[in-house]
Amino acid sequence: MASIIDIQGVSKSYWRDSFEIPVLNNISLSIPEGEFIALMGPSGSGKTTLLNLIAGIDKPNSGSVVIAGTDIARLTESELAKWRATHVGFIFQFYNLIPVLTASENVELPLLLTHLSKAERKKHVELALSVVGLADRMDHYPKQLSGGQEQRVAIARAIATDPTLLVADEPTGDLDKNSAEEILLLLERLNREFKKTIVMVTHDPRAAERAHTIRHLDKGELQ
Amino acid sequence: MKVLKLMFKNALRHKLRTSLTILGIAIAVVAFGFLRTVVTAWYAGVEASAANRLITRNSVSFIFPLPYAYRDRIARIPGVETVSFANWFGGVYIDKTQFFARMAVDAGTILDVYPEFRVPPEQYHAFMQERNACIVGADLARQYGFKLGDVIPMEGDIYPGKWEFVVRAIYEPRDEKVDGTQFFFHWEYLDERMKAETPARAGQVGWYIIKIADPANAAAISEQIDAEFRNSRAETKTETEAAFQQGFIQGTSLVIDLLNFISFVIIGIIMLVLGNTMIMSARERTKEYAVLKTLGFSAKHLVTLIAGESLVISFLAGGLGLLLTYPIVGMFSLFVPKTWFPIFYVEPSTVALAALSALGVGIAASFFPIQRALRTSIVNGLRFVG
Ligand SMILES: Nc1ncnc2c1ncn2[C@@H]1O[C@H](COP(=O)(O)OP(=O)(O)O)[C@@H](O)[C@H]1O
Ligand SMILES: [Mg+2]
Repeated sequence: MASIIDIQGVSKSYWRDSFEIPVLNNISLSIPEGEFIALMGPSGSGKTTLLNLIAGIDKPNSGSVVIAGTDIARLTESELAKWRATHVGFIFQFYNLIPVLTASENVELPLLLTHLSKAERKKHVELALSVVGLADRMDHYPKQLSGGQEQRVAIARAIATDPTLLVADEPTGDLDKNSAEEILLLLERLNREFKKTIVMVTHDPRAAERAHTIRHLDKGELQ
Repeated sequence: MKVLKLMFKNALRHKLRTSLTILGIAIAVVAFGFLRTVVTAWYAGVEASAANRLITRNSVSFIFPLPYAYRDRIARIPGVETVSFANWFGGVYIDKTQFFARMAVDAGTILDVYPEFRVPPEQYHAFMQERNACIVGADLARQYGFKLGDVIPMEGDIYPGKWEFVVRAIYEPRDEKVDGTQFFFHWEYLDERMKAETPARAGQVGWYIIKIADPANAAAISEQIDAEFRNSRAETKTETEAAFQQGFIQGTSLVIDLLNFISFVIIGIIMLVLGNTMIMSARERTKEYAVLKTLGFSAKHLVTLIAGESLVISFLAGGLGLLLTYPIVGMFSLFVPKTWFPIFYVEPSTVALAALSALGVGIAASFFPIQRALRTSIVNGLRFVG
């Protein structure tokens, strides 16, 4: 199968004051379409950084990141923004919902950037929320939902525009066991039924087990 | 849902903080509106000046008179339509604290040169019939309860002796820019008494008010009038009414300049109050802005979101402030005698200035938050812990 993610010789370091902090060191990684991959590794090993590069919210210092045929390191900021809006769905550890917006408004956010009509957007929102099993919580605000429910709304937001790629950074890291289980089942289902390619960062081995592939990152090197 | 909806929701997110900001700004706007109103009241004479009126006075000083005989010589100058004149009477009514302008005027022409004082024809007729009749402004009549037929006794100071005037006409100011607190009586009445009591002071005029046909000729006509009396016993100084009024307030204008300055300092304070609120809000939302950017929202969206929120607050506050300004200025004019500030009302220009300031302040206050939101990279925004 063709790879949807093709990373070649990527290095990344951050600067704090005048210190260079090397984070990723010459990483190469190929992920075929439809894959469900877990990235594991100790805290500070560079998992989030690698995920951010894949998702196009950060750029490497060297090497190439080709996602679905586009070398995203070459795109300008605004091209990259458009690219993200159509190709990637994000799931964060702390959900990152907008607190003043209801569940349905949060899910609608990425759709505002599309050419969909109001009625079409509504349909997408309802579909996405029903996929995550929260059709009955449309008008709830984030603080009226449990952590697990919030994460499901976040997943609905991530799939609302029907992107090919989902990236999840410790999606169960802030949840109790049962809620975590629900989220993992949901991700499995999105991968199986909806053919989403999923890259999930986790340091929880039980979460990683659900993926087809597990890769380990340690001190900026892929094992 | 639209980005605008998020903007409004953001503005109301911290209800207490937003309310306090709005209240604080509204109070400052009231202070601004009030000060501007005082300033405009001060310049009201200049503002209300007609472009087609010239004032001719003694070139030495306003307090020295001019001969009555100048009247016909001025009238002969081309471009002059009407020549009227007046004397400052002064005098004491009740006691010295009761101040209002009292003037002896040329009864036959005064309303021709001051059409903004509106007198019903039958009252004007009655006024013309009687030597010691007077015309009082409607605001003055209201303040002292003067009615037609009332006799007003006065103690002369510039023109000593006991004087009595009968109210035969009450003028209505044409609009709120016109002083409604003046008091006019027949110059001839004054002159007759001078002839009888101090003949040396008879035939004297305080200043001439000259209506000209075309304001564009004001400078040329002024020059001609002054040339006419050059090297005579009483040389003249002629200028437009606006310039004359300006000269009047010159001495006191430092205080007014200060008030003027403070009113703009207030706008600066408003900006800091709003800027502070916006910076706090935007800082707290660092992560949210990063999330929006992650989802693909552009710089344009963030600018709309932040500047819009700032404008929502500044306009709500500006509107509230202006709404409060009217009753407060109204209350002030209730408690302060009309004769102190004959013209005291919230000018449309004050409202326009406040609205414009709200716009400017709203935009300016969002400058730093916008800059911050745009400069923070997504990665750093997502890692931000506020
Ligand atoms: N934006 C950044 N600026 C500076 N240092 C960063 C930044 N992001 C990550 N780092 C540093 O890079 C290293 C790896 O971070 P991260 O990718 O978040 O690791 P992980 O997700 O595996 O815990 C850490 O030492 C972290 O402090
Ligand atoms: Mg991490």
